[in-house]
Amino acid sequence: MKIAITSTGNSPDSKLDSLLGRCSYFVFYDTENHSTEFVPNPNKENIEGAGPASVQLIASRGAVKVVSGEFGAKVKSLFDSLKIQLIVLKDPDKQVSEIIELLNHKN
Amino acid sequence: MIVIFVSINCSLFMARPKRIRRMNNPPHYRGFRPIGLPEENNPVVINFEEYEAIRLSDFELNGQVDAAQIMGISRPTFARIYESARRKVALAFVHGKAIIFEGGKVYFNTDWFSCKSCGCWFNHPAKELKIRNCALCGSTDIEQYNENAGLNSVEDICICPNCGNEKIHTPGIPCKNEKCPECKCNMIRKGGPHHHQMKNKNCR
Repeated sequence: MKIAITSTGNSPDSKLDSLLGRCSYFVFYDTENHSTEFVPNPNKENIEGAGPASVQLIASRGAVKVVSGEFGAKVKSLFDSLKIQLIVLKDPDKQVSEIIELLNHKN
Repeated sequence: MIVIFVSINCSLFMARPKRIRRMNNPPHYRGFRPIGLPEENNPVVINFEEYEAIRLSDFELNGQVDAAQIMGISRPTFARIYESARRKVALAFVHGKAIIFEGGKVYFNTDWFSCKSCGCWFNHPAKELKIRNCALCGSTDIEQYNENAGLNSVEDICICPNCGNEKIHTPGIPCKNEKCPECKCNMIRKGGPHHHQMKNKNCR
């Protein structure tokens, strides 16, 4: 199962990005082989439509959950129709490695 | 004079505003086009609520009573929306028109949960499965969050004509079928025509 996390940097110590469409990096974490992949966000500088473009990117990589600080109104209904679960974490000081640790608890 | 009359008329006889319909799964594409016909520029517009009515009735095979409850509207209203949806689909099929999904008085519904262990919020797109664990940390200490309470712009209230006791109207149950818990009187819709007639009158 793949999970997307929005990140401010490209290392496991970087913090969660509170934006989805204009975050710096997407982290794709695979719960089966515990691999992480850092993908720079190509839509970061977009004036418009950064959210839906990011949804496309996340969906094309096959993620089933998304962890971010906030989701906009356009993005919510898109994720709903793609059956991707949203997780809102209102804690901007959380590191990506901490989130991955939390995700591992379940398995 | 005419303007004043019209404005008074409107405020007196304005139709009751539509209740907001709940949508579970909006379509993730914008519509359909007929094959082998030149593109026309007057497509049939199907509202989101009409799409949802067809989905609930003919795809998920719900009965009308259940489907109406899922959308948060009364059974007769659901029947009207469904009828209109079917007619639009038939019109598009017969005339070979394109279909576009657009508009409608809807809000998109997903159930949100909060986890007391890690403090996160998460939704639940697969409504068929019951949720027990937090999506992030796996803790079972979760709570459902009800953000839709009070979202309905049409706040309908049932009122007792005898003692003035109020309760929030449940869609699908007429106010006159509700009994006042205080004096066992049949209730009526607050602000409706019966309310004005029956003010300060004793229980039937």
